[in-house]
Amino acid sequence: MTTHSEDHYYVPHGSHWPVVGSVGLLFLMVGVSSWLNGAGAGFYIMLTGVAVLVFMITGWFAEVIRESQKGLYNDQVDKSFRQGMFWFIFSEVMFFAAFFGALFYARNMSVPWLGGDSNNFFTNLLLWEGYESTWPTDGPGGIGGEYEAMGPFGLPLINTALLLTSSITVTIAHHALLAGKRMRLSIFLAATFVLGFIFVYMQGVEYVEAYQHYNLKLTTGIYGSTFFMLTGFHGMHVTIGAIMLTIIFFRVLKGHFSPDHHFAFEAVAWYWHFVDVVWVGLYVFVYWM
Amino acid sequence: MSSTVADALDHEHDDHGPTKGIGRWLFSTNHKDIGTMYLIFSLTMFFIGGAMAMVIRSELAVPGLQFVHPEFFNSMTTMHALIMVFGAVMPAFVGLANWMIPLMIGAPDMALPRMNNWSFWILPVAFGILLSTLLMPGGAPASGWTMYPPLVLQTGDAFPFLIFSVHLMGISSIMGAINVIVTIINMRAPDMSLLKMPMFVWMWLITAYLLIAVMPVLAGAVTMLLTDQFFGTSFFLAAGGGDPVMFQHIFWFFGHPEVYIMILPAFGVVSEIIPTFSRKKLFGHDSMVYAGSSIAFLSFIVWAHHMFTVGMPLTGQMFFMFATMLIAVPTGVKVFNWVATMWRGAMTFETPMLFSLGFVFLFTIGGFSGLMLAIAPADIQYHDTYFVVAHFHYVLVPGSVFAIMAGAYYWLPKWTGHMYNETLGKAHFWLSTIFVNLTFFPMHFLGLAGMPRRIPDYSTQFADFNTIASIGAFGFGLSQLIFVWIVVTAWRGEKATDRVWEGSHGLEWTVPSPAPWHTFTTPPKARIAQEAFE
Ligand SMILES: [Cu+2]
Repeated sequence: MTTHSEDHYYVPHGSHWPVVGSVGLLFLMVGVSSWLNGAGAGFYIMLTGVAVLVFMITGWFAEVIRESQKGLYNDQVDKSFRQGMFWFIFSEVMFFAAFFGALFYARNMSVPWLGGDSNNFFTNLLLWEGYESTWPTDGPGGIGGEYEAMGPFGLPLINTALLLTSSITVTIAHHALLAGKRMRLSIFLAATFVLGFIFVYMQGVEYVEAYQHYNLKLTTGIYGSTFFMLTGFHGMHVTIGAIMLTIIFFRVLKGHFSPDHHFAFEAVAWYWHFVDVVWVGLYVFVYWM
Repeated sequence: MSSTVADALDHEHDDHGPTKGIGRWLFSTNHKDIGTMYLIFSLTMFFIGGAMAMVIRSELAVPGLQFVHPEFFNSMTTMHALIMVFGAVMPAFVGLANWMIPLMIGAPDMALPRMNNWSFWILPVAFGILLSTLLMPGGAPASGWTMYPPLVLQTGDAFPFLIFSVHLMGISSIMGAINVIVTIINMRAPDMSLLKMPMFVWMWLITAYLLIAVMPVLAGAVTMLLTDQFFGTSFFLAAGGGDPVMFQHIFWFFGHPEVYIMILPAFGVVSEIIPTFSRKKLFGHDSMVYAGSSIAFLSFIVWAHHMFTVGMPLTGQMFFMFATMLIAVPTGVKVFNWVATMWRGAMTFETPMLFSLGFVFLFTIGGFSGLMLAIAPADIQYHDTYFVVAHFHYVLVPGSVFAIMAGAYYWLPKWTGHMYNETLGKAHFWLSTIFVNLTFFPMHFLGLAGMPRRIPDYSTQFADFNTIASIGAFGFGLSQLIFVWIVVTAWRGEKATDRVWEGSHGLEWTVPSPAPWHTFTTPPKARIAQEAFE
């Protein structure tokens, strides 16, 4: 298992982590579902599932890191990991595409139609007489009551600056890694995840603001739905990305990664750029336009 | 020559043999074992989903309500579809991919073997959760597999379980698809260029791309259902500025590529089998690749042909109608190529070939009825009638399922090392073919006469054809037991040679039968690989 000449493949030995993961998913999904149905025990089943999943992820990654540090992985394995990560990010892009699609559909189609646009004169007349379509809107039924929209300036603009800066710092860190400058690498990597966590904090501040002062909630019609689902899923991804960056930072401190062997670093950097790009889309289409 | 080649390929094991006991299956990183688990899982789901179909056909055998409550009937149609689509057909193709893609491209295993294991082991969890909804207050989901709001929001306690089981199926498919793509791109034998790849591999590459592109969209759609139900969002609520029709758009953006996800691997399977039993090379290999890619591309811009009757701007109807009809062109290229492959070939008709021929004929019927449905003004008549049921069952049963059966017979000797019982295989084919037509052909007439789908009772004018369809359905269901018997007794047959079929070509036929636990632990040498591609 230690030979890895160019013409020899590497196949990892069996692992119990996937099955542990499946058990974790079982508890998580059953727990959340019963909790949503109003069964109090569901909450604890869900927590158990989360715990099992955290245990699985930690254990699985620890094993992979150990194997990688032992030099078991050849270039082909490295390539497989890279391609796998690329396609994983593509799947994430498509997940966000569904919610962006919902936003575009609502703004350009369903809301104008409710206002009588196109050939929907009677929809407007019979269902929602007098409703004039605008954006943002909480719909002709005024679901969620009076609210104020979230403008593009202030917090969101600061957040944009934070995230764009962090994309630059992670790139500088990457170049430092390739050049073998470890001090520079750790400083800029640390800067990246600190910026990431500040972003998440600011996003939290913004949410509190929205709920308390703007009466802008998840339940504020289609505007609130798209606003919170898009920014919420994005914030979740930033959180995950920042945690991964932190782990990578500690691995750097432990002396992991070399200029020609650092898949994990790059994977997380790609992921970080991905959340950055999604944010730009959010800033333009959710906050600005 | 093949066995010596195989010996040469087989030396120097990385790993010891399989571990003993249940651990071999639970912790497996072996593509063959995981493939086997996928196939067994799929067959199990095929019979569970099939049993639900039998409930449906019993209820519909004669007019009036006889056996089940209408709500339970709706649960049966919903669960039958979800189980057959996500539990039987898709895992069967993933199982075939697991077994055959590494063998066909000369790889030692899938590129990411541990993730491969997880892809499989999520499935029993997903379907355990889904099946458990049958016992819940409010019953199993009964809104149809398309889960349209607002109807689906009336589901009882089963609702969140339905959503999360769909999430799990999605996670499993996405991981499986990533594995397939990476394996194909990164693990091919050194001198196997992309256009030299076997057609099954090609079709799966395209399928995997489709899976990664659309499963997350389905996840997004069901997530919106969940938040609309429990967290007060307004995605599908007109009062809040949303639109129930928006769900249909998002769902079918997933749903149409999904039908190609279930048929492209089938194209791949029959494109392997027809050349073997025609003793000719596949006609128009490269054009098959381009046709498959065109189908994949077009599949993203036709989704609203499922929604002609919900209302959309006229330009939208025109666009989706013509885009849909355009798909007939690449599909026609494929059918033409299969026929041209057989043209003047030295054909023999073993079971895999029979199923493939059945596929070509009967899938094409489903394709034509699809063309009829694509015509927007005509679709207003056909929509939500048994004509639609007839159409998609023709492409899925004598389409996808026949191709899976063909593949199973074709590769069974490679998996078990023994020839299956050919007489029984042929009986399985003929009975399946007769009964499948008996079941689904009359549904065309029922639909054209106006019988709506998804109802437990109907007007007496539809009685005769429904009785015929029910007889056919039971016949088809029972015929599948022959398949189980053939598989279970497959180890009794005569020893299979490495090449198995006289006309077979490709790397998978250069390894021994049964294929050893490890194959291609080193990349196959150029000469060997070259020989296999000729
Ligand atoms: Cu379609």
